[in-house]
Amino acid sequence: MNLPLSWLKDYMNTDGISEQEYADRLTMSGSIVEGIKNLGAEFKNVVVGRITKIEKHPDADKLVVCQVDVGDEEIQIVTGAPNVFEGAVVPVAKHKSTLPGGVKITKGKLRGVVSYGMMCSTDELGISKERATGILILPDDTPIGEDITHTLGLDESVAEFEITSNRPDCMSIIGLARETAATFARDFKIPEIKPTGNDEDVNDYAAVEIADSKLCSRFTARAVKNVRIGPSPKWMQNRLTAAGLRAINNVVDITNYIMLEYGQPMHAYDLDHVEGRKIIVRNAGDGEMLETLDDKPRELKSCMIAISDEKRAIGVAGVMGGANSEVTDGTTTVLFESACFNPVLVRRGAKALGMRTDASALFEKGLDSENCLPAINRACELLQDMGGGEVIGGVIDVYPVKKQNTVLPFEPEKINKFLGTDIPESDMIEYLGRLEFEVKDGSVIVPTFRGDIESMADIAEEVARLYGYDNLPVTMMQGRVVVGGKTFKQKAVDSIRNTLTACGLYEAMTYSFIDPKEFKQTRVPMDNVVKISNPLGEENSVMRTSMLSSIIKTLKVNYNRRASSAKIFEIGMTYNPIGETLPDERQVVALGMYGKVDFFDLKGIVQNLLNRLGISGAAFETEKENPSYHPGRCAKITAGGKTIGCMGQIHPAVADSFKIDTEIYAAELDLNTMLELATFDRTYKPLPKFPASSRDIALVVEKDISVGEIEKIINSVSSDILEKVKLFDVYEGEQVGENKKSVAYSLTYRAADRTLTDDEVSGMTDRILAALKDGVNAELR
Amino acid sequence: MKDRLNTIKSNAETELNSAADLKALESLRVKYLGKKGELTAVMKGMGGLSKEERPVIGQLANTVRGFIESALEEKKKALTEKAKELKLMAETIDVALPGRMTEMGAKHPLNTVLDDLQDIFIGMGFSIVEGPEVELDYYNFEALNLPPDHPARDTQDTFYINDNVLLRTQTSPVQVRVMEKQKPPIRIISPGRVYRSDTVDATHSPVFHQVEGLVIDKGITMADLKGTLEVFAKKLYGDDTRLRFRPHHFPFTEPSAEVDISCFNCKGEGCNICKGEGWIEILGCGMVHPKVLRNCGIDPEVYSGFAFGMGLERVTMFRYGIKDLRLFYENDLQFLKQFKI
Repeated sequence: MNLPLSWLKDYMNTDGISEQEYADRLTMSGSIVEGIKNLGAEFKNVVVGRITKIEKHPDADKLVVCQVDVGDEEIQIVTGAPNVFEGAVVPVAKHKSTLPGGVKITKGKLRGVVSYGMMCSTDELGISKERATGILILPDDTPIGEDITHTLGLDESVAEFEITSNRPDCMSIIGLARETAATFARDFKIPEIKPTGNDEDVNDYAAVEIADSKLCSRFTARAVKNVRIGPSPKWMQNRLTAAGLRAINNVVDITNYIMLEYGQPMHAYDLDHVEGRKIIVRNAGDGEMLETLDDKPRELKSCMIAISDEKRAIGVAGVMGGANSEVTDGTTTVLFESACFNPVLVRRGAKALGMRTDASALFEKGLDSENCLPAINRACELLQDMGGGEVIGGVIDVYPVKKQNTVLPFEPEKINKFLGTDIPESDMIEYLGRLEFEVKDGSVIVPTFRGDIESMADIAEEVARLYGYDNLPVTMMQGRVVVGGKTFKQKAVDSIRNTLTACGLYEAMTYSFIDPKEFKQTRVPMDNVVKISNPLGEENSVMRTSMLSSIIKTLKVNYNRRASSAKIFEIGMTYNPIGETLPDERQVVALGMYGKVDFFDLKGIVQNLLNRLGISGAAFETEKENPSYHPGRCAKITAGGKTIGCMGQIHPAVADSFKIDTEIYAAELDLNTMLELATFDRTYKPLPKFPASSRDIALVVEKDISVGEIEKIINSVSSDILEKVKLFDVYEGEQVGENKKSVAYSLTYRAADRTLTDDEVSGMTDRILAALKDGVNAELR
Repeated sequence: MKDRLNTIKSNAETELNSAADLKALESLRVKYLGKKGELTAVMKGMGGLSKEERPVIGQLANTVRGFIESALEEKKKALTEKAKELKLMAETIDVALPGRMTEMGAKHPLNTVLDDLQDIFIGMGFSIVEGPEVELDYYNFEALNLPPDHPARDTQDTFYINDNVLLRTQTSPVQVRVMEKQKPPIRIISPGRVYRSDTVDATHSPVFHQVEGLVIDKGITMADLKGTLEVFAKKLYGDDTRLRFRPHHFPFTEPSAEVDISCFNCKGEGCNICKGEGWIEILGCGMVHPKVLRNCGIDPEVYSGFAFGMGLERVTMFRYGIKDLRLFYENDLQFLKQFKI
């Protein structure tokens, strides 16, 4: 919402308020000023000129050479604009001038002919966002040589407000003036509207019917005859321009002016084109066609409110009028509409049409039906004042149920208790009074334009913002002690992050939705997924069910940027439909790496992690069936009968599909399963008092015997003195024979109550060797 | 004989003084005190002395011996010290050569800052609660006083799964779920991922994180809200941080406010971080709307409370001077390696 500051003077005295103070205090009382712009400040050396002569350009068909009188001199300007003519009054940016957006104009040559400046279009002047097709032609009586900012009414400071959706009343000059006066504790008065209307009765001119009172809570209409369509007065044009609207003609300008001033959208019909001179507010029919004011055919739907005459739709209520009843230069009888439509239906209608207009943006927030009548009377006053026509007497006012003021109990104690303040009751009454809330007999009578006020909390906010949020005390919460802290899960997640970063991994974060193609790339099934119905794009349209593609993409980013190695992890959510309304959201700890790493680097990290979480006895078993992984380099990780996840080298074909030409390793560990197995309990074991003895054994076994099997056998030989089994060498080669390998272990023995004898240690080692011979035919090397 | 002893003493003293190393010292010991040493020879020759002379010379010989022994000892100590020193000198290294570093990883900067936020609130008795990201429309909007067709829904462009299910646009639904289950007093923060269909640019991402807080109890006031947020802001941005509460509107709080902090960079003077304003907007907050309380089965006549919410990315960007939000989700190691904290 743009407020030309001088407009405030219609309602209040603004003397002595600086722009900065205005912006600061309005912002602090709840009307957010995003900035104050002086529209004229961006202009330099742009004046009004008159074209005195036009000649063809000697070397260019589409250019002409104009002589332009700019008051103190005549200058030559070359232009390609199609709409110039001799005698035209136009804006001229002279040599060394500046236009909005910092555009600098200097003299130059166009196809060999010197041009001493530029004639400007509306978009070049910054008063229209759309690209104009020609130069702006100004009224003939515009003083030649005048500063263009004055001509266009741009020498004006305009405050830009961000108005929140609960305050449609502030989407108006009057509403903002009311807030301004309340903020500065000054008097506020809306000037009285002069009565208008001749002896005739509008009911003889037109009729209005609301087919369903749910559609429209009030419809007022007034007629004006002998209308002379023409430009509106300069003061009005200037105000419209300053507020960001374009002047069109007197009738249309008035409807726009009223929308700005009162926050009440209006419409003007050419009454001669309203069939049967009757307006009916009804549901639109599905498929009903209407050409709207922007000359586009629209197909209506039954969710919209149609304004129709006796034969056809002539507008979409609250959104846009129809071309068939549009006010044109030939219009002689105008019917003004000032109505209040159902906000939800206007919103749906505008959405369905894909056209959000200034009017619909207002209506959808819920307007005050009490505002309709003053708005339409003001419109008639303005048209009469500017001699635009003869206003017919009377008002058509279809108002099935008069709007009542909301009345709430006035509870100053509760308000103080709620805010933590000690504001005197009389101050509260005064603040509320400034906002036109009346306190009477222990009640607050809420003005009708404040539909947002429904309870004590709302009244408290009004009091607080005028009292000043910054003046509210600052206290710490009283009352019952609440124990805070992290849950077991939150601590475990902290521990996971700490462990993985200590292992040299960097934490990544990726989007939770992925490209459906990535399922195929990673060979993850896509038959059961959560799909976004309105994604930003296909590449972000499906919620991931696996972390694989996320982790591979993160590696790829670094691979593409030529990082020689990368080790990353992400604790990410996966989303798995389980036949209920909401999917199962499971967090997965995903690890990924490439560079100077292999399976066992990754396995070591996973083992570190499991140790840290107190998960003992985890088994890593060969997994050949997981299609995402290398069939010979993938392990399923289990513990306590539960599957934690898997790890291994990503299948080269998968890596290839992401265009990564190196071995990449990844692990996917289910967080919840780890949490079920995890414990931070540790029991102290007394430190050993007696020395340990160790024996190294080197075994020759068949090549395909897994060390897992060997260790299982070693550990199965029941012994309370075998403390540790440590693999220290695996060797394959000629010396051990074909299809054989040598594995060497260091076995550590210790007893808690004595120093072991050589016999005991050797005896135990022999038993282990015998078991190994028995189990996997292991020979001592 | 007496003279001879004195000569031995003075010779020994001189030679000992000039001994350069332990080896030289040892040969001096042999020379004087060894079996064939000079002093030993004198002692051996004592048999030929008179009865009167013997004790006198004997005593003198012992004194000389004692002198030489202690001088030897002293010198040995000195030379040993010196040898140690020389060894250390020889072991000198260039300490400016690079250290052998074990590569440590790093938490994502967003999580580092989140940890800080959580610590601050845990210190004030808050618990951390999480909730689903794929959420019901009811929890994300309706229960929060945003019925269907509410214009404020427009400000939160929503990803829908179907008519009733969406990707949460805020972490507030977690608050509703907590209020439904837990009786006051409630003191929670709910950090998490949220989604809005914003096109990606330097300050927008369709995926981002919020941290919201909720306090419900008897007698909670708006002044308490100010107090709590002041503690938070000062802990996060420094004790000299000032706060500014501006009235605002959120459908789920009333009164509502936006909170600015004085710019930590320029201390309110105006700089390019705060765009010359001196203030930086960091969060939205307010007193929980009575309708929201009622929707969750809490009687607004008995209980009151406040809620606040902030964008983790924004807080983190200010914290580290990051100018482009996209970096958080790109995961370039060159970026991640800058935050080993």
